[in-house]
Amino acid sequence: MATYLEFERPIAELTSKIQDLSEMGEDSGINIAEEIERLREKRDKLVKKIYREATRAQICQLCRHPDRPYFLDYVPLLFESFQELHGDRAFADDAAIVGGLASFHGRAVVIVGHQKGRDTKEKLKRNFGMPRPEGYRKALRLFKLAERFEMPVLTFIDTAGAWPGIDAEERGQSEAIARNLMELANLRVPVICTVIGEGGSGGALAIGVGDRLYMQQFTTYSVISPEGCAAILWRDRKHAEEAAEALKPTARDLLEFGLIDGIIPEPDEGAHRDLAGAAREIDRVLTSALDELLQLPADTLLSQRHDRLRQVGVYEKS
Amino acid sequence: MSWITRLIEGPKKILSSRQAEMPEGIWIKCKGCGETIYNKEMQRHHMVCPKCGAHARISTKERARFLFDKNHWQEMDTELHSGDPLNFRDQKRYRDRLKEADKKSGTGDAVRNYVGAIHGLEVSSSMFEFSYMGGSMGSVVGEKIVRAMERAIDRHCPFLLVTASGGARMQEGMFSLMQMAKTSATVNRLRESGIPFVCLLTDPTMGGVSASVAWLGDVILAEPGALIGFAGPRVIQETVGETLPEGFQRSEFLLEHGLIDAIVDRREQRDYLHELLGKLNQKPYRH
Ligand SMILES: [Zn+2]
Repeated sequence: MATYLEFERPIAELTSKIQDLSEMGEDSGINIAEEIERLREKRDKLVKKIYREATRAQICQLCRHPDRPYFLDYVPLLFESFQELHGDRAFADDAAIVGGLASFHGRAVVIVGHQKGRDTKEKLKRNFGMPRPEGYRKALRLFKLAERFEMPVLTFIDTAGAWPGIDAEERGQSEAIARNLMELANLRVPVICTVIGEGGSGGALAIGVGDRLYMQQFTTYSVISPEGCAAILWRDRKHAEEAAEALKPTARDLLEFGLIDGIIPEPDEGAHRDLAGAAREIDRVLTSALDELLQLPADTLLSQRHDRLRQVGVYEKS
Repeated sequence: MSWITRLIEGPKKILSSRQAEMPEGIWIKCKGCGETIYNKEMQRHHMVCPKCGAHARISTKERARFLFDKNHWQEMDTELHSGDPLNFRDQKRYRDRLKEADKKSGTGDAVRNYVGAIHGLEVSSSMFEFSYMGGSMGSVVGEKIVRAMERAIDRHCPFLLVTASGGARMQEGMFSLMQMAKTSATVNRLRESGIPFVCLLTDPTMGGVSASVAWLGDVILAEPGALIGFAGPRVIQETVGETLPEGFQRSEFLLEHGLIDAIVDRREQRDYLHELLGKLNQKPYRH
């Protein structure tokens, strides 16, 4: 069963109307093909309009759409022979971050991504995609593995944020995130990061420092969730829509700010209605980025990465 | 970050940094033991309660004054000021908030850079000013920290970072988040150059600052009783729905969990840092 958000309702209604008509046509033998064709066209236009004109607040909903593909949904479509590698070798295996070795068009790569859960049981297992320190430490272990065996790293970001729990604090959530930021900045292999859903603050950034940063069309990347921001600055979570506007967290915003390298287009109806179509676009972008980065010697790669990070920020001089 | 705003502006107002920086009354009430203490007496002890040892918040200027040798310190990078890349507006405009903060603390932004000497040993330093928008990290803070690190490399002197921050400056959106990456990346430069990097975490150090440059020091120190962590206690309480353990996220808790190197009383920091940096700088096995 597909889930439709409030602003997607008109699409749902037209879809079911078309469905009803097609069934009626079969039963009664009347030719209503013309009418169905008319409705289909209307629907296509509506779909394009709704998603093209989606507000920032609506995109904040789309990036967490319950039907949105998660990292593991893309893995079989993007990679061959994925071999998951578990654990941080110190404390536990955090299922909120999945990683391992895979083959990308014949090239060995390390892939790491946040993983949310689809049903209640999996959501709990994955901790709603909110990693603990051991998740980040597992990711780091795999990054270093990639470096040792001269493989590029592809990361996939989709988290509301790092887990705010007592256990996470006791085991050094801050230290785990900080270390990843530092180590990723210095990793001597290409790193390509892609936001495939929610880019939630430091919990996202901890696997998000690299040579290229891409965002799918209907994703967000933000320093704080609109709800969290509203709770602080408006003192009321109900102002989340205004906060979403103010934070400018969409792919389009961040491209304008020069903070990302590109937007990966999604199918007309969004990745949540066309997984295969969405995967094809990701594949296309990652393939060309990787072709480019694999040409660069490690020293060039690193100095370019450092320059990117060094110049980020907007300030005035007096 | 949410709890920090509540902490500053919320109803349960404790000794705020402003009060600590510019004590107006002759007497001051210690938040540790509740005793009323002669203000001059508190100041003589760098705002540490002589009765119970509780550390009240202090300004960067006060800290620079007791940490560095007399007349041997200088503020740097004062020409940098926050932009408003998002044209951010909530109930107030970000630009207006900046003006207010400047008027209140007069520090230019939430970090001040210094070059100073500790018992004759030159140090490049960045210190967070909590009274300026909760010590939040935006583009200026990130740039200043990186410049202070680069200065340490240029001058072959240690880098000292003193933190006090609620986290990222959300009014600068993703530009503020990226400062975590920018500052953390530059730590690699310090390491390549063999420059000692010491962090002193003070009350409070949370969120984006905690989860980046603050935890990347070669040695990580904390002041007694400081609140230090990734997520704010209130956020954690709301998420897990249980009462937080006594002393949770305080310096002593972090020491016990192996997350920091040592807790150093403010009154001993000058001597402690001098000894520590002297050892880190000596390099008897250099080839
Ligand atoms: Zn006291």
